[in-house]
Amino acid sequence: MELVTPDIGLVFWTTICFVILLFILGKFAWKPILEAVKERENSIETALQRAEAAKDEMARLTNENEALLKQARVERDLILQEARKLKDQIISEAKESANTEGHRMIEMARIEINNQKAIAMADVKNQVASLSLEIAEKILNKQFEDQKKQDELVAQLLKEVKL
Amino acid sequence: MAVISIPAFASVQKNATNTTHKDFDPTPVIMEHIGDSHSWPFVFPLVAEKPIPLPVILYTDKGMEVFSSSKITPEGTVYAGNYYSYKLQEKKIKIVDATGKADEKATVYDFSITRNVVSMFMTITVLLIVFLSVSSTYKKRAGKAPKGLQSFLEPLILFVRDDIAIPNLGIKYVRFMPLLLTIFFFILINNLFGMIPFFPGGFNLTGNIAVTMVLSVIILLVVNLNGNKHYWKHIFMPNPWWLFPIMIPVEIVSIFSKPIALMIRLFANITAGHIVILSLISLIFIFGTLWISPVSIVFVVFMDMIELLVAFLQAYIFTLLSALFIGMAVEEHHHEVI
Repeated sequence: MELVTPDIGLVFWTTICFVILLFILGKFAWKPILEAVKERENSIETALQRAEAAKDEMARLTNENEALLKQARVERDLILQEARKLKDQIISEAKESANTEGHRMIEMARIEINNQKAIAMADVKNQVASLSLEIAEKILNKQFEDQKKQDELVAQLLKEVKL
Repeated sequence: MAVISIPAFASVQKNATNTTHKDFDPTPVIMEHIGDSHSWPFVFPLVAEKPIPLPVILYTDKGMEVFSSSKITPEGTVYAGNYYSYKLQEKKIKIVDATGKADEKATVYDFSITRNVVSMFMTITVLLIVFLSVSSTYKKRAGKAPKGLQSFLEPLILFVRDDIAIPNLGIKYVRFMPLLLTIFFFILINNLFGMIPFFPGGFNLTGNIAVTMVLSVIILLVVNLNGNKHYWKHIFMPNPWWLFPIMIPVEIVSIFSKPIALMIRLFANITAGHIVILSLISLIFIFGTLWISPVSIVFVVFMDMIELLVAFLQAYIFTLLSALFIGMAVEEHHHEVI
């Protein structure tokens, strides 16, 4: 029975001690500790949220970059294709124009050659004519040095002339 | 508590060997430890047990009396104070009449600084030093990760907040956190110090009905002073009306039965643990042979481990139930909704 009978003295001292303990710890320990813990939890939470936001932002940027890259690649392919087409076109055009030019030049050369040939022929003809005349003159001169021969010729010519 | 008791056992055994082994009676030894005393039994291991005198403070109808407990020890020594003469009888201070017999009718209120009070001063000092230093660490290391003692105590503080206060009190937990934390750590440190068998432990504070009574009266007051109109309506206006004659007395009894259950639970758990351990130690002296000591030691170590668990468990349960009772008194919604 003695065990379960509270002593007034211990009740008194426990009350005093506990109330003082509650007051001091409540004011100088629990309040700052809980506030500090709360503050830290808040800061951790905001940090986590910020990290999450940064991750999202990063992902968004990466996506954007990828899209840009894809677009750029498509554009590059398009440009390359166009360039290739253009190149082929230019080459074929150049070939064609070179061909026609060549033909034209050959034609012109042929005409020129013909012209030159004609001129040369004419020249040759003139020369031949003058040479022939000279030769003929010389021959005639030689032939008519001898009177007899002259007469003979006249006779022959006269013989040949048929009236 | 074991070492404290050993010289006591030793002296008892010496007396016992003079007669027979069978005479050893563990009850007074255990009761001496479980209860309170006016002196601190300080032990020089294997040499002597010397009681350190503590101040005796008495309040009589004529006034206050303060003297050292060495004046009234050993038990039965009569000390003539300013107003009356006093002596210890069965560890209680009694007023002695002229013939040297205790005057049972004269009342004297004993506010002495007993062993338990000194222990309490000690544990409270420890609590204050520890938590004020931890609190200053929090200020110094604001926003940083906990370190040292702080990182050991923070999980406990967060445990009280997240697993005891918030689930039971909801959004109003902030107001009651200081009380719950103080109760939790007060019970815990006293349970743990009580397990140390020598200085600074060797007492049984949380296993003392006076201490648990004060704690539960505080809970009773906090619960009923914070009770809102739903709480009181639940007590005085039960549904349906014809249950009034039964329900109102039941509810009024329940107001008091809850803290009483708290008081008894803590007291009984801690006291029982101490009694079991001391009884196991006593086995050595009851059998009067050293050969039984390995058995005792194995059992005592086992019990110590259980007591370590109980020390945490009882601190937790007391705090949890306090939070629960406060939560029931302050919750906003109607009970019918539940």
